[in-house]
Amino acid sequence: MSDETAGHRPGDHEPGDHAADDLFAKHAAAGHDDDAAQHEQERPHRVIGTPPPAESRSLLGGPADGEAGVPAVRERELPTEPDNPESAKRAERVVVACFLIAMLAGLAFLASYFIFGVHTVTAVQHSNLALGGTLALVFLGLGVGAVIWVRRLMPDVEITEERHPLRSAPEDRAAFQQTFEDGAEASQFVKRPMVRRALIAATVPVAVAPILLLRDLGPLPGKKLDHTVWRKGLRLLNYGANTPIRTGDFSSPGGMITVVPDGYQDNFDALAKAAVIIIKFAPGQVHYTTRNYPVPGQTVENWTVDNIVAYSKICTHVGCPAALYEQTTHHILCPCHQSTFDATRGAKVIFGPATRPLPQLPMTVDAQGYLVARSDFTEPVGPSFWERGPSV
Amino acid sequence: MSPTTVRRRPVAGYAVVLLGLLVAGLSYAAITSAGAATTTPRSLSGNAQLAMGRHIFLQECASCHGLFAQGVQGIAPSLIGVGSAAVDFQVSTGRMPAKEPAEENPRRSLPKSTDQIHDPQQIRALAAYIQSLGGGPTIPTRADVSQSGANYGLGQQLFTADCAQCHNFDGAGGALTYGKYAPALTKSTPTQIFEAMLTGPEAMPVFNNTTITPQQKRDIIAYVIQTRNQPNPGGFSLGRVGPVTEGLVVFLGMLLFMVLAALWITAKHGKAHE
Repeated sequence: MSDETAGHRPGDHEPGDHAADDLFAKHAAAGHDDDAAQHEQERPHRVIGTPPPAESRSLLGGPADGEAGVPAVRERELPTEPDNPESAKRAERVVVACFLIAMLAGLAFLASYFIFGVHTVTAVQHSNLALGGTLALVFLGLGVGAVIWVRRLMPDVEITEERHPLRSAPEDRAAFQQTFEDGAEASQFVKRPMVRRALIAATVPVAVAPILLLRDLGPLPGKKLDHTVWRKGLRLLNYGANTPIRTGDFSSPGGMITVVPDGYQDNFDALAKAAVIIIKFAPGQVHYTTRNYPVPGQTVENWTVDNIVAYSKICTHVGCPAALYEQTTHHILCPCHQSTFDATRGAKVIFGPATRPLPQLPMTVDAQGYLVARSDFTEPVGPSFWERGPSV
Repeated sequence: MSPTTVRRRPVAGYAVVLLGLLVAGLSYAAITSAGAATTTPRSLSGNAQLAMGRHIFLQECASCHGLFAQGVQGIAPSLIGVGSAAVDFQVSTGRMPAKEPAEENPRRSLPKSTDQIHDPQQIRALAAYIQSLGGGPTIPTRADVSQSGANYGLGQQLFTADCAQCHNFDGAGGALTYGKYAPALTKSTPTQIFEAMLTGPEAMPVFNNTTITPQQKRDIIAYVIQTRNQPNPGGFSLGRVGPVTEGLVVFLGMLLFMVLAALWITAKHGKAHE
């Protein structure tokens, strides 16, 4: 930018602004260094932690020396004393009380860190209450005290603070440019391209690194979402007790339990997809198909054992555990968004945002009479995903 | 002073804040009371008990369930084979005799009136009579529901796997479809919890003794009872139904508080303008 454009353009200013401009010009010309030295000597003894004594009661120093030709800026004196000394005295006490409460609460916070252990659940709850409560009191005391201070003790006077133009003076700008160019010359940065290029080359790998780290967002799931850990012959375990299930044991119509694949009961990554509920029906309650693949509105009979039906527990809407089973209506309800599935009709959707039935797990019994999987699910379980393809 | 600036008395400002706090406080109202005590009925044996049970059945139940407990299509199910456990659960929780068919019969305390079933002994007699009709799950003994030596950890795992989806992780209950709901377990006695698992009342699935063993049922009961004794150091459990009520309280209560605080901070202080 050239010096010409950097200079003042009087046409930009309204006539009223001239006063301020002239004022700044005067201040700049006064010579700041001399002023500072003088003030340093005159300054009285000051207690550490308190602000320096004000030079003037006016926020914006007016023309103190009253130079001729400069219009005087309107003085905005801040009152040194509040209007009502009695009220101020009361407010002072309240503010001090608030700050003292905050201080005591802060000490109580520190103390409760040591007093309350975290060795039991109950102790943690008490510790949380003590720490949170005292910390809240600290900030509340500080905040309330500060607001009362501002509202009752500080003067309620609106002040407009004039500011210098942001642009530096032309001579400052020229000096900066000169310094910069001298420095660049002296540093040999321009003269020695080898050093310069080596420096640039040294920073390039670090600059590229953040882009490379985006790789950690992957890898893409591939076919992982299409399958669960269920496979042929894998026993169904009663989740929690982790015991295999005989059809003769799970024999009361209206029964429903959560089951997991044997060997994966502690593998939460696997269970996120493989959790299953099995439901025992009375004869004649389920609408069966004799085909060996899912038919809309029907349950695959060959995949059931003795009116025990297995459905994925993972809701096809967004993957919540759908296991609120009503044995009177045979509805499976998902608690997250109220998707409702009819367990007697292949878990077809009868209400809610889910669009696909809960996949049915093919089941049979092994030689010992325990319920086992006949295969994995024949379609991906859980919510839709981009590569899932059309539903069955 | 500009015409839009309204001068307020400081007292009025505090009154508004106090009123707001009162409203916020009232919205907390979550009252829980202690669970009902179990009582040991006096034993009445054999035919005398059955006769008493039959008498009660004909008086209280037969109008809906039929003279022979065979049930009435569309009104009430058959009671043959439901077992004494189902009778004890339904009657001791006040769900039966029901005044009228409902989606969900609420839990009630036993009536005081001696005209109705009001005595555990009467319930035992009625249960024995129904048991005599067609067998079924029986009322658990005191040892069956004892919590001594129970495995709380396993109880919690089983509760989480098979109960928490409806009854909430703390037994606080929750909504089902079409007006049905899973009731809170805060007042259920150990015997009633055992019977509910065994018989599957209303929409609840059945957890028979070969699927969830009696020992596992004791573990679950121990967990449910234990959650009631957990303290609420903050003072409000908010029903222990999780983030929904907590969020609601924070949103309504704290938002109101912060609005009032903002009003107080920015309100013009009259004296300074004079």
